[in-house]
Amino acid sequence: MTREFAIVWAHKDRLLDGFANTVWLCVLATVIALAVASPITMALMAQNRPMRTLARGLVDGMRCIPFLLLAYIIYYGLPTLGIRFNNWTAGLCALVVYNACYIAEILRGAWASLPREHIDAGHAFGFSGWRLYRRIILPPILMACVPVMGNQMIQIIKDSAFLTIIAVPELTHEASAIQSMYYVPFAAFISAVLLYWVLCRIVEMLVGLIERRAEKRR
Amino acid sequence: MLLPATPVCPEPAAAQLERPVLEVCGISKKFAHQEVLADVSLSVRRGQTICILGPSGSGKSTLLRCVNWLERPDHGHIFLSGQRIGYRAGSDQLMTQAELATIRARMGMVFQHFNLWPHLTVLGNLIEAPIWVQRRPREEVVAEAEALLDKVGLREKRDVYPALLSGGQKQRVAIARALAMRPAVLLFDEATSALDPELVGEVLAVMEELAKDGMTMVVVTHEMSFAQDAADEIIFLDRGRVVEVEKPEKFFSQPETERARQFLQRFESSQRGRIRRDA
Repeated sequence: MTREFAIVWAHKDRLLDGFANTVWLCVLATVIALAVASPITMALMAQNRPMRTLARGLVDGMRCIPFLLLAYIIYYGLPTLGIRFNNWTAGLCALVVYNACYIAEILRGAWASLPREHIDAGHAFGFSGWRLYRRIILPPILMACVPVMGNQMIQIIKDSAFLTIIAVPELTHEASAIQSMYYVPFAAFISAVLLYWVLCRIVEMLVGLIERRAEKRR
Repeated sequence: MLLPATPVCPEPAAAQLERPVLEVCGISKKFAHQEVLADVSLSVRRGQTICILGPSGSGKSTLLRCVNWLERPDHGHIFLSGQRIGYRAGSDQLMTQAELATIRARMGMVFQHFNLWPHLTVLGNLIEAPIWVQRRPREEVVAEAEALLDKVGLREKRDVYPALLSGGQKQRVAIARALAMRPAVLLFDEATSALDPELVGEVLAVMEELAKDGMTMVVVTHEMSFAQDAADEIIFLDRGRVVEVEKPEKFFSQPETERARQFLQRFESSQRGRIRRDA
């Protein structure tokens, strides 16, 4: 067993490259998914019924698709329509599209429970449309749903492991490569699990930190 | 002075007559089948303080929310410095939300429950709309906001979040926030109703000072002493209708309508009861 871990240790650079790729992929996916989720959230809360129905269909539809299939469709399916991405970009797109819909639903829930008075004040002071959302609505709803957003980020981290099937060089993929080369499955995968655990703990600590800051404003 | 049955908003007859800052002409509003406002008209000239009085449920707050179109009136017109609110000039085409926002930014609103934005500090609340809506330079806006915080006596609270302020402090911040917009008219929606009695005075003092400074104000209130001292005109509303428009000295001593007399008597007896309870 010690020998197996020694082999993994000898290839720590490769594992850490995978770890760095996972971090970068997840941070980028979270930021872009949040940006993509914003217009979807606005559409979910719009007074215009067709727009609301369209957004609801998108969100509900996406929540019923297994993530693995979505990654397959983007990497293997879209090239048949002439849309081709490299594996890293395809993986990022899959994470963004899938999680944007979840985040939109989280934001919609927080928006629905935001006191009407804050939005009234926004209208009364001349805010409307995107500016009203960006300056008046989004900050308090983000503060209100920090723990749920933290959960979603952890979900993104875990979903990113699926991207090994389209050969994105993330943590699971690198652990898998080490184990298949030296047949050290336990040590390779346990090392990956520990690194995922570290990453999730960092997210939880950040969530705690932001929550304490948000508490001052409630 | 009793109001005419049919509301009119005539053009100023001649150039010598300045057009009112705010004109409300025959507005009506129903919620479901409940008539909340019926044919309400009023006009406010520059520097005037108009107090709107009336029993609870008489439509005072709805009237104020209709003025800046937080509620859309079913009928009637509202003009701010001659510009019709809610409709594009010279047509019956509704304004877009962005156009409506532009005109709303020329009115300041102070809400009963303060409605401060909790994610921003006191200073942040004051500078948010002038910077992002009016697109004024940040340095200028911050300097003006600090001066306004001095005026309402809250300079030392500039970096505090609203959650840490008392009700009276929150309402003074809300007044400063409205003033930071350099509004043509300031609308107060029962600004002291949500405050503990001992906090009412500090807010009324700021409002009285504004009235003295010549700020144009429409004040929905239950504070009779404020209305008596600061108002140029009292508008008495009952069941969504304007029942009486009068100078405060006349309204409080010799109201013309029976309904206003009843209202004032009930108010006085409830005040006496409160004083006895407090004693």
